[in-house]
Amino acid sequence: MTTTAVLYDVPGPRTVRRHRLYGVIATLVLLALIGWVIYLLVDTGQFAYRKWMPFEYVGIQELLLRGLANTLKAFALAAVLSLALGAVLAAGRLSDHRPVRWLATLVVEFFRAMPVLVMIFFVFVALKVQPLPALVTGLTLYNGSVLAEVFRAGVAAVDRGQREAAYSLGLRKTQVMTYVLVPQGVRAMLPAIISQLVVALKDTSLGFLITYEEFLHAGKLIASNLDYDLPFIPVVMVISPVYIGMCMLLSWCANWVAKRQRRSVKTEKVRVAPPGPGAPLPGDTP
Amino acid sequence: MDVLTQNFSLYGRGLLGTVQLTVYASLLALALGVLMAAFRVAPVASLRAFGTAWVTVLRNTPLTLLFFAVMLGLPRFGLILPFTAFAVLALGCYTSAFICEAVRSGINTVPVGQGEAARSLGMTFEQTLGAVVLPQAFRAVIPPVGSTLIALAKNSAIAGSFSVTELLGTYKPLNEMGYSIIWSFVWIAVGYLLVTLTISAIFTVLEKRWGVPR
Repeated sequence: MTTTAVLYDVPGPRTVRRHRLYGVIATLVLLALIGWVIYLLVDTGQFAYRKWMPFEYVGIQELLLRGLANTLKAFALAAVLSLALGAVLAAGRLSDHRPVRWLATLVVEFFRAMPVLVMIFFVFVALKVQPLPALVTGLTLYNGSVLAEVFRAGVAAVDRGQREAAYSLGLRKTQVMTYVLVPQGVRAMLPAIISQLVVALKDTSLGFLITYEEFLHAGKLIASNLDYDLPFIPVVMVISPVYIGMCMLLSWCANWVAKRQRRSVKTEKVRVAPPGPGAPLPGDTP
Repeated sequence: MDVLTQNFSLYGRGLLGTVQLTVYASLLALALGVLMAAFRVAPVASLRAFGTAWVTVLRNTPLTLLFFAVMLGLPRFGLILPFTAFAVLALGCYTSAFICEAVRSGINTVPVGQGEAARSLGMTFEQTLGAVVLPQAFRAVIPPVGSTLIALAKNSAIAGSFSVTELLGTYKPLNEMGYSIIWSFVWIAVGYLLVTLTISAIFTVLEKRWGVPR
């Protein structure tokens, strides 16, 4: 492990034994902790059939699925729109015209500094729109501003020679941007872009606070049902793995892309034909 | 403009609530985050696994869901606390995952040669950690922790929807009293800017004082 290398020496036999002892103690403590939580859950009757009964009903399953579909719908809209807004704002920040640059900077800095929820509530309360547009607008403004910074950083990180070479070939400003800088910049920033989309996915749950009928809202409806003895903990136990799973899947995508990029073309293994009697050797003159 | 002058105490209470939430949750997040970072680099496998699970789960949980679970779930186990304490708990635990990652990557930025040199000089584990590795890691950690704490201050707005007194929640009584919604939101925005700019100013000073350009 590289993280421990700076902290510890390679342990000797006595230290190994001591570490093993610590390991056993820590495992026991953690198991005791988990056991205590499970005991609390059982003791307060969270595994009672009556509390889990609602999940057997088709209507409730449909309610949950509809909630999930609404969450994904808000996420898809917010993702597409914030990518578009990010592109526009990044173009503004990279503009050669000073007023455009200032305006874009002002917008980006303001929306990055505001809590998303303030924007969502502002759109929802002041402009009196439906919950979905309010949620999508808030998420788009915030994530679009963050993505604009990501795009800008990506374009700025492209090697300077690329830009100079493109200009010296006689490409115009827009062509240099669209053919040379943006493709490379976006490629380099893809992990950061996907990570920002994870944030957008997590923040769709803010729709719950403005009564958008998304996944958490569906859960709340079930949880506050007296017929099933307020199955609050079961609902949390059903909903959180779905949310965490979705976010982990996206994060995993970001990691995969990042790992793929670290792979260099030069060091990749190449299939070479086996040497035969007729194969020319380097240096042979044909 | 009237909105602010006529409801100064309301805004003041809201701002104070946000600052309180931010400060307490920051302290909790820093303590838990450093503890978890220590777990993640510990030579004990089960502690490492616990730290990793803690970070992975909390980083991928929507904060609203966490608030929902903590505010409405913990009372089911007979744990009754004031709403603010629950909010601090939720915010602190959530942010601790990000602090943990910042601290861990800070430790990773210290070159291995530093630790090796310290050990070859005959320093003990405590001396290596206290005099060589952690001071350098601390300097690298200041900027990411600063931006994490700014995010924490912004996230504290969610608490307002769970009956905690804080800045965003002030729009509701103002709206009912018939004040202009736009202006009441403008002052809320100014309040948040005040909080986030203060945090970033504090961290700029810290970085000037302690940070070392590498």
